[in-house]
Amino acid sequence: MLSYILRRILYAIPILLGVLFVTHFLFFGISSPEVIARRNLSTRNPKPEQIKQWLTDHGYDKPASEQLKRSTIDMMSFNFGKSDTTGEDIWSRIKQGALPSLIVGGLVFLIGLAIALLTAIIAAYFRGTYVDAFITFFCVVLMSVVYIVYVIGLQFVLGKLLRLGPISGWDTGLGMLKFLALPVVIGVISGLGADIRLYRTFLLDETNQDYVRTARAKGVAEQWILFRHVLKNALMPVITSTVAAIPTLILGSLVLESFFGIPGLGNYLVDAINGQDFSVVRAMVFLGTLLTIVGLIFTDIAYALVDPRVRLE
Amino acid sequence: MESLEKFFALDFVQNAIPCLIVALLAWALIRARREPLWAEAYRRLGRNPVAVAAIVVIGIYGLVAFLDSIGTTDKVSQDRTTVIDRLFEMPKEKTYSAPFASMTTGEPKPSALKAPGRHIMGTDGVGADVFYRTLKGARTAFIISGLTTLIITPVGLILGLIAGYYGKFWDDIIQYVYTVISSIPGILMQIALVLVLGKGIWQICIALGAARWVGMCRLIRGETLKHRDREYVRAAKALGVSDLRILLRHILPNLLPVIIITVTLGFSGLALSEAILSYLGIGVDASMGSWGNMIDSARDELAREPVIWWNLTSASIALFVLVLAFQTLGDALRDAIDPRLRS
Amino acid sequence: MLLQVENLKTYFHTPRGIAKAVDGVSFSVEKGETRAIVGESGCGKSITALSLLQLVPEPAGYIESGRILFEGKDLLDRTWEQMREVRGDDISMIFQEPMTSLNPVYTVGWQIEETMRAHGKNAATARARALELLDRVGIKDPSGALRQYPHELSGGMRQRVMISIALANRPKLLVADEPTTALDVTVQAQILALIRELQKETGMAVLLITHDLGIVAEVADTVSVMYAGQVVEDAPTRELFKNPRHPYTRGLFASLPARNRRGQDLATLEGVVPDSAAWPKGCRFADRCKYAWESCHTIAPTFHPNGSDRPVRCHLYDPNISGRPSRLPWLTELPVTADLVEAAKL
Ligand SMILES: Nc1ncnc2c1ncn2[C@@H]1O[C@H](COP(=O)(O)OP(=O)(O)OP(=O)(O)O)[C@@H](O)[C@H]1O
Ligand SMILES: [Mg+2]
Repeated sequence: MLSYILRRILYAIPILLGVLFVTHFLFFGISSPEVIARRNLSTRNPKPEQIKQWLTDHGYDKPASEQLKRSTIDMMSFNFGKSDTTGEDIWSRIKQGALPSLIVGGLVFLIGLAIALLTAIIAAYFRGTYVDAFITFFCVVLMSVVYIVYVIGLQFVLGKLLRLGPISGWDTGLGMLKFLALPVVIGVISGLGADIRLYRTFLLDETNQDYVRTARAKGVAEQWILFRHVLKNALMPVITSTVAAIPTLILGSLVLESFFGIPGLGNYLVDAINGQDFSVVRAMVFLGTLLTIVGLIFTDIAYALVDPRVRLE
Repeated sequence: MESLEKFFALDFVQNAIPCLIVALLAWALIRARREPLWAEAYRRLGRNPVAVAAIVVIGIYGLVAFLDSIGTTDKVSQDRTTVIDRLFEMPKEKTYSAPFASMTTGEPKPSALKAPGRHIMGTDGVGADVFYRTLKGARTAFIISGLTTLIITPVGLILGLIAGYYGKFWDDIIQYVYTVISSIPGILMQIALVLVLGKGIWQICIALGAARWVGMCRLIRGETLKHRDREYVRAAKALGVSDLRILLRHILPNLLPVIIITVTLGFSGLALSEAILSYLGIGVDASMGSWGNMIDSARDELAREPVIWWNLTSASIALFVLVLAFQTLGDALRDAIDPRLRS
Repeated sequence: MLLQVENLKTYFHTPRGIAKAVDGVSFSVEKGETRAIVGESGCGKSITALSLLQLVPEPAGYIESGRILFEGKDLLDRTWEQMREVRGDDISMIFQEPMTSLNPVYTVGWQIEETMRAHGKNAATARARALELLDRVGIKDPSGALRQYPHELSGGMRQRVMISIALANRPKLLVADEPTTALDVTVQAQILALIRELQKETGMAVLLITHDLGIVAEVADTVSVMYAGQVVEDAPTRELFKNPRHPYTRGLFASLPARNRRGQDLATLEGVVPDSAAWPKGCRFADRCKYAWESCHTIAPTFHPNGSDRPVRCHLYDPNISGRPSRLPWLTELPVTADLVEAAKL
């Protein structure tokens, strides 16, 4: 097992190198710094001093070698430097923001997974009937609503009209719970459509397999077939498609967090976008990618754990 | 460069481009009827009332977008007036007013409207007619989704074909590239790109496309792999048909159905992403009407007293219906083109 | 009479219309007998077999009409839940694809025991019997195999596991749908021998579906030849091989490589089975039949044309059809019937 994990990690190294190159190119290769500065300065015809100031603020005045070091070695050692706008240490701010994001994201993830899976099982059990057709249609409707409308609309309905929770804010300890209610409910609902549909396809793919026919020919009951045979097989793609998302939960949701004033990393990033804080955005891109790659490694491990066909040597 | 910009600013050119696009689309749709596979798909779509409804809805949105692209430019002020402007533009009011109201809403104190009872979706904070602004959003949605599709499809297609057909070295390289790109969370890449490239239609489309071509490429690669070892491709190879010809004549037509289904479903995703980018403040320019901008500016309106709900409702329903139509059409196409893909 | 199938019709809704995959099939199986159903790919053999257990893929497929009498009672009168008592208990089935027919995420032991638990045996009995079964079907280390997953076994081993599953509840009828098609030739012979031995031991009847006349010659007592969703000839094996009556059956034999016909052209059946959504109006084989005349294309032949003991669905044997040659056309040709049993065993 250990060697298997090690091998997976080794596979990830070239990808990480590629990512470092791409992000460096993204920030330093695509446009010339002056052009970037001009674009981001709010004044229409900025004076040369203003441009110079902007370049210094955003770290574009450094020599190329320094920039390359900053976007590779410093990133790898989590030495993200200071924010362009507030001068805060980025890494310590990230450490602060990770927990609230993880709490909200984790709850949304777990509750959403449970509800989506349950609904998908119901749809698969009633496949071909009106129940299934209704669920499928409902999913498409859910998927067609833009995320921000969920956030704005549901906050209004649940928070302001029904008064189910405070509109926004954050607290530590148990006081957090009341602030969690709305964002978690909204987060769950917004993701439901796509997930139910996906899990339903996974389940239906399995119900068409030969082993289901064998089980029927053995005289096994339908419910047993669904829960013991089909579900166990369908859980594999479910697990592999969800495990990858777990590490990135730390990144939080941009819209949800900024809207509910949750002091997580999503909120941090939104502030960074508004303040054109390139250092923070750069750090977050790196962090997000790193977490995605970790997620892929998790996926491989989960796969090896659940599927007897994957050999670990 | 300068003269090119001038050329595109010409009224004639500005009107010719949308006409050309519509003509091309119409030609492709009519032409496809002659292919047995597509004729069959048309028939099945025609029998599916949901699909017909989706097509009608998309047609109406398309018509609005098209009419909003045809117009004249004022010689002096350089303002462009489109057909939609002529038909639906309303006098500007002072501030918010509810649908069909005759007075403005709230502060400082209600005043009479210039066009009482004629703002069917009310007016927004600066007094613009919400229905008119909603109509204007259609063009933006089509441009953003269409341009992005035009960027990602060729890139994904070419790389996918090469990777799938030639395999080996090229496959390794291309797979490596898309693994790297897909490791960067899409939304973060979009944010970074817009910051670096600046705002603007092209920039946003590139930002949206940068992460999305990977999906198309992966799909095409897989499909090409499937076809590469089929009998008819081997036979063509044995007869000495050139690779390019095999790819274009034999493999590509077989990939068309999946490409069209993916593009149709992708369209809705793109329209949704535009709204999110606008919310984050990195969407299209505020002067260009877009549903994302309307939703974004509406985020505090629900907290007001009295509640300003029409701005948000109007934009989100417009977006919702279009996305739903594309989703439904995509699913219906999948069923119509290939019953084996039916879920 | 253990099983009697009468005029079974199983149809499919397809985009092209209704596909009559099984269109009026009748046959019977005696206690302890082995009946073979032979025919080319796509002529409805598997769908016939699945219809017996009412396992036709839903919702596209459905049993339109017919009777399936098992020990005198019609299985089609049973509800899904009542059918469940028959499946895997009185009638069990093995499939063509040993690679995919077992659930990949459960051990072999679990899957064998499941069959018995589904029919009310307790866990301990089931475990003991599973071990006994694996041993009986010739798996070397039965207690080790119980804990193995399907992917750890070879195709032949998996088919042995499938056989143990099928035999677990001592069925009266075993339906084997091309049980050896996916296997190597040597393994094929072993599996067939195993089925035959087990049949002798338990006295069960076997309905063997195959497209291989060699297998038929070796194991079957009686044969139904199927073509385009219908049975075209029904005969005891020996007689069928001695004197195949239907031109289609003769075509099947002619396409066998035969020792005593070396040097002659290897005659094969030309053309393919027509589309099951649009069967031809007359005889379904007419388009491929070199003896066909007009009547064959316009009038559908019946199964008992002259009331003989060996039913054949062919106008050549029907005295009421006009334009019929006075003697069977192949009697003027070179004899192809010489020692067909020998030929088939090749
Ligand atoms: N799910 C289905 N939907 C529609 N038609 C079907 C379906 N399954 C089978 N058929 C039709 O039933 C016919 C008979 O199929 P069947 O599987 O019984 O053939 P077979 O004789 O077992 O052939 P093989 O030797 O290939 O197993 C096919 O020609 C096909 O047209
Ligand atoms: Mg079959």
